[in-house]
Amino acid sequence: QTVEHGFPHQPSALGYSPFLHLMAIGTRSGAIKLYGAPGVEFMGLHEENNTVMQIHFIPDQCQLVTLLDDNSLHLWSLKQNGGASELREEHRFTLKGPPGSPPSATQITAVLPHSSRELLYLGTESGSIFVVELPSFRVLEDRTITSESVLQRVSEDNCNRRSCELVEALREHPKNPDQILIGYSRGLIVLWDLQNNKATHHFLGSQQLENLYWQRDGSKFISCHYDGSYTQWPVSSDNRQPEPLENTVPYGPFPCKAISKIYWQTTKNGLPYIIFQGGMPRASYGDRHSISVIHGSQQTAFDFTSRVIDFFIIFSSEPTAEFDDPSAMVVLAEEELVVIDLKTAGWPAVHPPYLASLHCSAITCSHHVSNIPLKLWERIISAGSKQNIHYSSMPWPIDGGTNIAPDPPQRDLLLTGHEDGTVRFWDASGVCLHLLYKLSTVRVFLTDADPNDNMNTLGEDEWPPLRKVGTFDPYSDDPRLGIQKIYLCKYSGYLAVAGTAGQVLVMELNDEDAEHVVDHAEADLLQDQEGYRWKGHEKLKTRDGPVRFEAGFQPFVLVQCQPPAVVTSLALHSEWKLVAFGTSHGFGLFDHQQKRLVFVKCTLHPSDQLALEGPLSRVKSLKKSLRQSFRRIRRSRVSSRKRRGGSGNASEVQEANAKFDQDTLQEMELAPVQRKIEARSAEDSFTGFVRTLYFADTFLRDSSRHCPSLWAGTNGGTVYAFCLRVPPAERRMDEPVRAEQAKEIQLMHRAPVVGILVLDGRSTPLPEPLEVAHDLSKSPDMQGSHQLLVVSEEQFKVFTLPKVSSKLKLKLTALEGCRVRKVTVANFGSCKTDDYSENDLAVLTNLGDIQIISLPFLKLQIRYPCIRKEDVSGIASCVFTKYGQGFYLISPSEFERFSLSTKWLVEPRCIVDMPEVTSNNHVHNKSGMENAARKS
Amino acid sequence: EFRRFSLERSKPGKFEEFYGLLQHVHKIPNVDVLVGYTDIHGDLLPINNDDNYHKAVSTANPLLRIFIQRKEDADYSAFGTDTMTRKKNVLSNVLRADNHKKKPHIVISMPQDFRPVSSIIDVDILPETHRRVRLYKYGTDKPLGFYIRDGSSVRVTPHGLEKVPGIFISRLVPGGLAQSTGLLAVNDEVLEVNGIEVSGKSLDQVTDMMIANSRNLIVTVRPANQRNNVVRNSRTSGSSGQSTESSLPSSTPNILGNLQGEEESDEEDIIIEESGEPQHIPKAAPSSESIESLSQIELLHESTQNGFLPSSDMNLTHSAGSISMEYEVPEPGRKSLEEDGTIITL
Repeated sequence: QTVEHGFPHQPSALGYSPFLHLMAIGTRSGAIKLYGAPGVEFMGLHEENNTVMQIHFIPDQCQLVTLLDDNSLHLWSLKQNGGASELREEHRFTLKGPPGSPPSATQITAVLPHSSRELLYLGTESGSIFVVELPSFRVLEDRTITSESVLQRVSEDNCNRRSCELVEALREHPKNPDQILIGYSRGLIVLWDLQNNKATHHFLGSQQLENLYWQRDGSKFISCHYDGSYTQWPVSSDNRQPEPLENTVPYGPFPCKAISKIYWQTTKNGLPYIIFQGGMPRASYGDRHSISVIHGSQQTAFDFTSRVIDFFIIFSSEPTAEFDDPSAMVVLAEEELVVIDLKTAGWPAVHPPYLASLHCSAITCSHHVSNIPLKLWERIISAGSKQNIHYSSMPWPIDGGTNIAPDPPQRDLLLTGHEDGTVRFWDASGVCLHLLYKLSTVRVFLTDADPNDNMNTLGEDEWPPLRKVGTFDPYSDDPRLGIQKIYLCKYSGYLAVAGTAGQVLVMELNDEDAEHVVDHAEADLLQDQEGYRWKGHEKLKTRDGPVRFEAGFQPFVLVQCQPPAVVTSLALHSEWKLVAFGTSHGFGLFDHQQKRLVFVKCTLHPSDQLALEGPLSRVKSLKKSLRQSFRRIRRSRVSSRKRRGGSGNASEVQEANAKFDQDTLQEMELAPVQRKIEARSAEDSFTGFVRTLYFADTFLRDSSRHCPSLWAGTNGGTVYAFCLRVPPAERRMDEPVRAEQAKEIQLMHRAPVVGILVLDGRSTPLPEPLEVAHDLSKSPDMQGSHQLLVVSEEQFKVFTLPKVSSKLKLKLTALEGCRVRKVTVANFGSCKTDDYSENDLAVLTNLGDIQIISLPFLKLQIRYPCIRKEDVSGIASCVFTKYGQGFYLISPSEFERFSLSTKWLVEPRCIVDMPEVTSNNHVHNKSGMENAARKS
Repeated sequence: EFRRFSLERSKPGKFEEFYGLLQHVHKIPNVDVLVGYTDIHGDLLPINNDDNYHKAVSTANPLLRIFIQRKEDADYSAFGTDTMTRKKNVLSNVLRADNHKKKPHIVISMPQDFRPVSSIIDVDILPETHRRVRLYKYGTDKPLGFYIRDGSSVRVTPHGLEKVPGIFISRLVPGGLAQSTGLLAVNDEVLEVNGIEVSGKSLDQVTDMMIANSRNLIVTVRPANQRNNVVRNSRTSGSSGQSTESSLPSSTPNILGNLQGEEESDEEDIIIEESGEPQHIPKAAPSSESIESLSQIELLHESTQNGFLPSSDMNLTHSAGSISMEYEVPEPGRKSLEEDGTIITL
């Protein structure tokens, strides 16, 4: 396993180091990921697998501290080892109070890494602030700031002991490291002098405090509150209890939600940027996840489709600079990362080079194409760049570290099909999985969704000035649009895409916009079978007349299967201009040159009612309803979420959980899990389900003449072979393509056929269409005898051709109890010499193991555990590349990349150097260090 | 058609001669027929070799009633106990079709068509507490018919007794192959599947292994009821047609030989060429046994010793409709199956 692509699942914390220009994201499963310049990434995992609550970089250091929800602190360091940097956990620490004290006494709520780099201030639920030394995590007990000491010299009228419960925020003075600002949850804010160990100022806020922010010069700070207001406070030497300068409720006057974080950024032109999270009117917009940016008369409330976890502003971090001059805002939402360019008018979004939200619509399938020719690559990029014009041209602002990995050896594409009918083209050559181009098939069809129904069309006077940002939109309007199979021919640029409602689209790459009619054909896969009623979804309605398509892949042929069951297999032969498709009812062959259906074959067993009724659609609708209920749950959870909602509530939940666990346990004991042992029979359901389709030019009828052929394998262990007659190029349009069934093989063990392959006379797999024409492959050996490899879920079998006789077999299930889930031919090269390579089968089993099996002798070479066997969706999502790499989903939003080949490894290799510390900073820090030394 | 002719009781001759005689008197020289007779108890029993022919002749009192049926549409279920008494009730059977369910009968096919449905193998090499059962699914429409579950068993380990997870038979389908053999029972622990230990494998893995081997399934179990174990020293043959104590005559001490000996023949894929004629895929060393028309075999042992009784409402895969002894009995739904194993174990 080499690198994780995509967006971390369930992010829970965000941190940023303006010194290193690195961003850190923590997740609920205890992972921590660091990102800098494209290609610079690190990953760490807390042993505890607890939720990461907070991340703080130590100023001017390659170190960071994480706080987990078990109240433990962890110190991580970036250290150089063998020429590259590594992220390692150095220490862990849990704050312990005096014996007998309640857990809240040491429950950490706020963390302040002091600029001295050696001290960590820890605010707790009890109101005390503990000081620990880094990196040893030694508690300096004499420096603990207790609520008693804070409340000295404040009259009882204004404050009582309860004012000091729960430290909400700790902020160091931007100019004077001896002063820190302490914000308590109930509204009291104290400026504390570390040298003299006493409070210098008390700011008596009346509202429940959410957060604090210093202005750059330290003359003022700003507080934000639970009622949706923010307040500016002056800090002057004469007044010990200053009154607020200004108190604003930006989205008042009606009750508003809390503002949980605020920035006040100064600029050269005098107008500050005020940026805050939340604060929306409770009644009408309480369910929005927003961050508002106010700059003079400009105000925008960026509206995110998922909960905002945290955000930060990138601004000038030079201590000598007079102003903040913010350049970008980086927002971590639950499902995506959004970066807003604050320097360009209109505040456009910046296209992130990594952390792509793979799941902006749920991934339904993926397809990998290795070694893309440069020409096609450039055309796809150019089509994609036309789609990205609304993005900012700002260079990526998080640019820490240096990528020292070698350039990717070739251009690889990963295509993902999505539930909303789109196909995304990702640059999968290197560490950063980067979106190149997005193709939508929706335009071909008439759907219920109104294309003009745009959430963004808000009038000028709308208040609040919401603006939708981000791409995450998991809710498909019509699940029938979902993409199920993709096939791209990298030489011709032909793309075939097939979907949930039996639709098959053939597309061609066009560099210009075009308006044209899509040829439409129907393939009745039931043919003469009568009396069946399809109870699944209806087929998609097509748009009449010409349709406008943007530059990129444009469909020119649409075949719709009847009944409109999900397309389960797809093959395209770009040289013969044929596309083959299969469903649970049968398969068909379409000539996309003449735009004519060549033949259909029904594979259905007459007793298989289940396949006829379309239970797949039932599953689908169940999935949809599940999704909707999750959506509801999520909404209610978001609204009820408050970090410390009282311990009584939590224990209730725990109790309920425990009871639920017990109940399910009891249920399990009552009905033990049983498995029926029964041989498969021809009458089983879904035996006609077409699992695999394969084009081959081979010896199907006799050993003297080879001809084009189409092979199909079903769930019931049957392989059909059709002999094709494709007219020569000069008469290609004049004569029809003919097909004749030549063979049918019924595997006795009746296991589903998952792969078919023809090996040539040298036992090499036949090349892909056009591969030879482009001089990228030796032409196949047509002298020696060909062999047919049929891979079922249970066995691998080699047959001779043209007379199909069994030659070799390898049993998998009978011996090991595992079944083949994915199989592909992988080419393994030597990392030592260029002139040796071999073809083997890469096999993924239902236990999540990967096995390499040699060709043509079917000997097991090696086996690795790869995916947990319980991770069904991970196993289902796995794709292999042609050169022994692979991808699988570790969450709805992340691909894990793995490599089976020593030659082709794509993994992050990067280095983070300590930037030069500026002279000013040195002075600044020296005083801090001296302080620390003196005190201790 | 009825024919009456005489035979010399003291010198009945060979079965082949008698068979030729029957063909001759009925003027059906090239028609394959099944020959049966009613014994003194009124049961229809087959005549197909010298032994039972001689036995039949000896029972003539003085008349011997012989029935012949065309082989291709013969009613095999007509043979067996009580068949002749049932015949008297043919009319009522026809009128009340559900009558069969109340009175299940035991059907025995022609001895020459007997083939193994199950056997106990490797008795000589296994511990007495274990039993290795082979189920021959191939060629039967009858379901294997059992379920397995997770469970735990106690093992003796170097650290004393330990509870370890195991796989157990949880249910037998009435009328299924597993139940009808009487060799497997609920709560038997499954130790091996076709020679491969199941310890450390999940329920799903074991399920997949069994299904993958379903055509020739060999399960090694530790029976829940240990009282019927084979006693190795006194291997007296079974007294009541119990198959529990028999082992394949061909069994050798070599486990692999037993476990995989016939495996290859079970795996013949069928290829249909463009002519449309199905054929077995030829192999390097074809084992061309005679392919005969086969029928259902239903073996129901009243094997109380094995801890269960066949349920009374046993549902028979093919229950005979009306029975006409002498002549053609229409019997729809029979399938012609292919089989090459001819070893008899009963």
